[in-house]
Amino acid sequence: MHSWPLLLVLAPLAAQAAPPIRFNKDIRPILSENCFRCHGFDSAKRKSGLRLDTPEGAMADLGGYAAIVKGRPGQSELVKRIVNHDPDELMPPRESGKKLTAAQIDLLKRWIADGAPYEPHWSFVPVARPEVPGQGNAVDVFVNARLGEEGLAPAAETDRATLARRVSLDLVGLPPMLEEIDAFVADRRADAYERFVDRLLASPHYGERMAMFWLDLVRYADSIGYHSDNAREVSPFRDYVIKAFNDNKPFDRFTVEQLAGDLVPKPTLETRVASTYNMLLETTEEGGAQPKEYEAKLAGDRVRSVSGAWLGATMGCAQCHDHKYDPYSARDFYAMSAFFADLQESPIMSRKEHLLVPTPVQQVQLKEVEAQVDRARWRFQEPSEALTRAQEAWEAKVATALEAVKDVKTRWTTQEVAEVSTENGTILTIDGKTLDGSGPTPDGETYQVTLALGQQKVTALKLIVEGSSRHINKGYARAGNGNFILTGVEVDAVGDDGKVRPVKVKTAAADYERAGFPVAAVLDGKRETGYSGDGHRTVQASRGAPERNLVLVLERPVTAGKLRVTLRHQSRAHPKQVMTRFRIAATTIADPEFAGLVPDEAVSLLKRIAAAERTPAQAQIVNDAFRQSTPMLGNVRRELRRLEGDRQELLAAIPRTLHSIPTEPRTVRLLPRGNWLDDSGEEVKPAVPHFMPQIETEGRATRLDLARWLVRRDNPLTARVLANRLWKLYFGHGLSRVLDDLGTQGEWPSHPQLLDYLAADLAENGWNVKRLVRLLVTSDSYRRSSTATAELKARDPLNRLFGRQTPFRLDAELVRDNALAISGLLSPHIGGPSVKPYQPDGYWDQLNFPKRYYEIDHGEKGHRRGLYTHWQRTFLHPSFVAFDASTREECTAERTRSNTPQQALVLLNDPTYVEAARVFAQRILAVKGDRLTWAFQRTLGRKPTDAESRVLAELRQKHLSMYRDDEKAARALVQVGDAHLPRNVDVVELATWTSVSRAIFNLHETITRN
Amino acid sequence: MNRRAFLGRGAAGFGSLAMTSLLQQQSSSAAGGIITPLDFPARAKRVIWLYMAGGPSQLETFDYKPKLEEMHGKPMPESLTKGQPIAQLQNAQQLKCFGPQYPFERFGKSGQQISTLFPHIGKIADDICIIRSMKTEAINHDPAHTFMNTGTTISLRPAMGSWLLYGLGSEAADLPGFVVMVSTGKAGQMQPIASRQWSAGFLPSKYQGVRFSSNGDPVQYLSSPPGVSAQNQRDVIDTVRGLNQMHDEVVDDPEIATRISQYEMAFKMQTSVPGLMDISDEKKETLDLYGVSQIDGSFASNCLLARRMAERGVRFIQLYHRDWDHHGAVKKNMKIIAGESDQGAAALVMDLKRRGLLDDTIVVWGGEFGRTPMAQGDGRDHHIKGFSMWVAGGGFKAGITHGATDEFGYNAVEDVVHVHDLHATMLRLLGVEHKRLIFKFQGRDFRLTDVHGDLVTKIVI
Repeated sequence: MHSWPLLLVLAPLAAQAAPPIRFNKDIRPILSENCFRCHGFDSAKRKSGLRLDTPEGAMADLGGYAAIVKGRPGQSELVKRIVNHDPDELMPPRESGKKLTAAQIDLLKRWIADGAPYEPHWSFVPVARPEVPGQGNAVDVFVNARLGEEGLAPAAETDRATLARRVSLDLVGLPPMLEEIDAFVADRRADAYERFVDRLLASPHYGERMAMFWLDLVRYADSIGYHSDNAREVSPFRDYVIKAFNDNKPFDRFTVEQLAGDLVPKPTLETRVASTYNMLLETTEEGGAQPKEYEAKLAGDRVRSVSGAWLGATMGCAQCHDHKYDPYSARDFYAMSAFFADLQESPIMSRKEHLLVPTPVQQVQLKEVEAQVDRARWRFQEPSEALTRAQEAWEAKVATALEAVKDVKTRWTTQEVAEVSTENGTILTIDGKTLDGSGPTPDGETYQVTLALGQQKVTALKLIVEGSSRHINKGYARAGNGNFILTGVEVDAVGDDGKVRPVKVKTAAADYERAGFPVAAVLDGKRETGYSGDGHRTVQASRGAPERNLVLVLERPVTAGKLRVTLRHQSRAHPKQVMTRFRIAATTIADPEFAGLVPDEAVSLLKRIAAAERTPAQAQIVNDAFRQSTPMLGNVRRELRRLEGDRQELLAAIPRTLHSIPTEPRTVRLLPRGNWLDDSGEEVKPAVPHFMPQIETEGRATRLDLARWLVRRDNPLTARVLANRLWKLYFGHGLSRVLDDLGTQGEWPSHPQLLDYLAADLAENGWNVKRLVRLLVTSDSYRRSSTATAELKARDPLNRLFGRQTPFRLDAELVRDNALAISGLLSPHIGGPSVKPYQPDGYWDQLNFPKRYYEIDHGEKGHRRGLYTHWQRTFLHPSFVAFDASTREECTAERTRSNTPQQALVLLNDPTYVEAARVFAQRILAVKGDRLTWAFQRTLGRKPTDAESRVLAELRQKHLSMYRDDEKAARALVQVGDAHLPRNVDVVELATWTSVSRAIFNLHETITRN
Repeated sequence: MNRRAFLGRGAAGFGSLAMTSLLQQQSSSAAGGIITPLDFPARAKRVIWLYMAGGPSQLETFDYKPKLEEMHGKPMPESLTKGQPIAQLQNAQQLKCFGPQYPFERFGKSGQQISTLFPHIGKIADDICIIRSMKTEAINHDPAHTFMNTGTTISLRPAMGSWLLYGLGSEAADLPGFVVMVSTGKAGQMQPIASRQWSAGFLPSKYQGVRFSSNGDPVQYLSSPPGVSAQNQRDVIDTVRGLNQMHDEVVDDPEIATRISQYEMAFKMQTSVPGLMDISDEKKETLDLYGVSQIDGSFASNCLLARRMAERGVRFIQLYHRDWDHHGAVKKNMKIIAGESDQGAAALVMDLKRRGLLDDTIVVWGGEFGRTPMAQGDGRDHHIKGFSMWVAGGGFKAGITHGATDEFGYNAVEDVVHVHDLHATMLRLLGVEHKRLIFKFQGRDFRLTDVHGDLVTKIVI
């Protein structure tokens, strides 16, 4: 819901006397809403050459007449047109759907009679600090003055318990503990409340609450947004935002670091992480997407974001034409987008440039493991005479073994697949000679692949497992952690008659082995042991994990025509770790175990070039191949691999983020009517909107210049926009209600001076956000009761004058946090990668490329605060969707606050809330004394009335007997969720109290901040 | 528009009378819409959109092109394709004509030309209006879906179903007014469908589409928790209501009353949705018409559910079938997809008709775009300059073919129908002037049809 003129709200009073007319307050909204579309800024669409947005235009001679004649409404064409009864003459025209009210016509006439004075739009005028007309908290001075003008008295201060809950939910997004409320209620010191507030502002959860606010504006999400909507790694940015608010980083620095953390004079890891902001836009990986089209889309995305988040401006409207209502030209749009033309990226396909963001502990660990790897590598390379001799023998042996092979590359030939089958439903398709799995990702899978070998005399088979960037962790599997665990391999010969006889595999060898997962395990017949390719440790690889080669040496050569290879993945511990892409090759060489795994390059070198003639690089290749295979270095090699594995694992565990990398700027052209196929437009250089204070710089202006300009003292918008939005967090709606548009279609603020005071105060005090927040929440206006007097309700039904507080429903994430906190389940852990709490099965069914499997996080990770939930743009968590969370596809300054049956279904049936109710019930059972009162008070911060207690007691009584009669049902209810369930608990009692807790958790009051 | 309608227009225009009702409207359950009374007498009350996702080939369905058949394998005239947007064929050396892979026949008394792959749709030829001259603006799946549903490619704008609930309200007492179902098949690449396609965008989220799924809970969080019987759930809801009512007496919060009614609605949905999904009351003959025996998530069974939803007053029902993206093997894949979709779509129209529901139900068949007359191997690439859809019922003319593409089936050249025009025309039949269904957001009046859209008079009765 958006603007309505204050005049209407306070109509009864306005009717008493005719107050002086102010252009910005009274006239501009009428002209903007009804006239500017055709008689405004957009020169291309301007009708009859008339513009009403400037006095020059409005009073211009149109050939013997003028739209506005100062002081003479009767002679003004504008007035003639708006009162005309001829439908062809009437303005605004009928088809616009606009119509002026009698009051509006009267206002326009009076304004013209007064000389039609124009004012520049209020939010485009530099912020000047207004005089505070009184003593005390400036908020109260302005709010009370305005109430006084209307002859209204504000509501009284609310009770302390309500206040404690309100300010806790507002500042940290969590309800206060009972003990905290009690202490606050009992605190008789004059500054008890201020102390309470200061404790909250110092809490690390304050940053989390503020991050929720900011992440909506900068459209933080964990997925790319378009088409495949694949995951992206950006969570360190969220940690940065949380920390920035907790550290009270000045908002100007906060701004500069996000837009230009890579360009600041001394970039640090922190500022580079901040520069992730520039990469938070929606991107695509769709095949057939056209680079130029997406270049235009990305430009639009960034302009909408920066203008929306900082300027409260809808500059996106100027992509195809000059803005209809505000002075932004299409050129301004492209000039703004040009600031971002230096970001290194390709307009389509995935982003790969990640920045590692280790924690301090990880930094130390990494240094340590890297030193160990270096030492092990040195031992591995260390020369010795014994090794030199062994190598000579080895080279000779290889040469003999491969004597018959002319081209080393044909040592192994990948075989045609005649037939495939799978046991548990994976769809295995043949892609050339490679097999590729799709479809379901079952628990455990066995593949059978039949190869047509013809008349070759096969001595060994080689299984080559491929990694892919489409797999989990870019590893080998589509589910689990991306690794595969091959627990068994069998080979059978298939005769022409279809008869199958086993072929014995003598040994298995591999070019990579990990401790605990030896290759020999594939032949031991046990499903508990297996060979692993370590796919989950390879996220560094951009294309996917390296190929793993596994050689199966047949006991004796086989000329079978057809061989069937059975590949079993039967790990009970890791049932989803099933290889997805693989191929099978065969060889006829004599000693395949030995010679089959020597890398091609080394074989080729030692066949072609004698030892003495090799260059150092060539020698190194041969040496490495030897050292990788000789039994003499077995222990050293294992140690090296283990350490390299540790290093990989550590690297994989280190959070990483996309970040800004500057490069040579692309040419940006003005696209006529936004058409990206038309490159006839002129080249545009970075610049800020032409009607605002300009950037003075030599050469090309940069993102850093833009960022500094946003927070310059003469920028009229940024401070106002921020102050207005912060106000909304604590008062339920903005001083100017339209949070995302402070332009002419926005709303004249209810308290323009107060807004300017807050904006000036912010900018003049080093952009100190906590200071402003404190000023707001320690005001009397904030502390008022939300129950209105009859007069306030009648005179100011929308509470535009803030004579009372406004109750509102908690935001989606806080609905969750509140229930988890009350139950005691909430993890206090701050920061880190996103998590995946319970989500209904199949919710991601419509995602593809690749198909995705939502792997629920259990334990502590399943009970994190809502802001850490994996933010999948095209399928945002359904409980968040129900409670109006933004998908963050676009900059969102204000979420709607709906009230729907889906919300009831979530609170009633989502296992998150059922589990929380059960865990809360466990706590209730531990209470000595009046359990009902305790539960009620813990949830709502107040004692229940007798009537309320009675209603809950009745439910308890009824469900106690219900569950006594049906203990099975009781057991089923208390087993929802994976939170710890004590063994010796009385399930009937627990289920009964779970019912009571569910009722309490579903109360309107529970999800409302009053 | 009369004055009363103007005042009733919520965010679009204001008068002081509207103030108090505005406070409530924001949170009231879906009841009346803001277009009261309607701008025009409504021909249709609801829409069932058979959304053939992936981009069906017009050349193997409804647009017969003998010339293309002749030119098969020969170069495509560059005069048509030069400088035009193109998707996966961006790097093709040469664009070659690819003739229709199946013959066409004339069906029905009206003699409409339809591919022989679709004999069931052939049976309803006299009930449908084929549009051969559709045009859209986005050439990749994701933005093209967004454009078809919201009239723009920018994310976070409301889908047509949401616009309709906002404008007309919902007539379903215990079901959501905007329902989406998705089926998959075996022919094309399963292109993803984002929930953005049924998002309410900047409209209040009560207007959001609700996806019904055929496995698990049909609606997210519909089932009561384990160990909670219907009576038990009722008790909890009664307790919540009792406490909410008590609280309502001591605080000023208009949301409480709404909250109470939404819990009632939620409880009703817990029984009405399973009732909707339980087809044991359908006659065998009806099941045979659709070719289904149970609710199995197939397109045909979704068609049957769509009829049941229409009967229960659901305003906007959208059935996605995600199987039409045939970059390769058009011949094989079209046969598969015809098997998956032909009978269900035709059965739905026949079933609606014999129950008298087709008169006030608009049925739409079509995807986000069509496919190229040029070959992509043995398949076809995405195409936006001319493709086919059909509409039926709800005031659309029956048994006619509207518009035409050039002889290659490349450009819509005659009676071109842009997506905005289709939207405008559908709204008109639903009683709404598309230019007046507006919502103010970020300072601007937004419409489903943006600043475009013309009524296609030739196809409405």
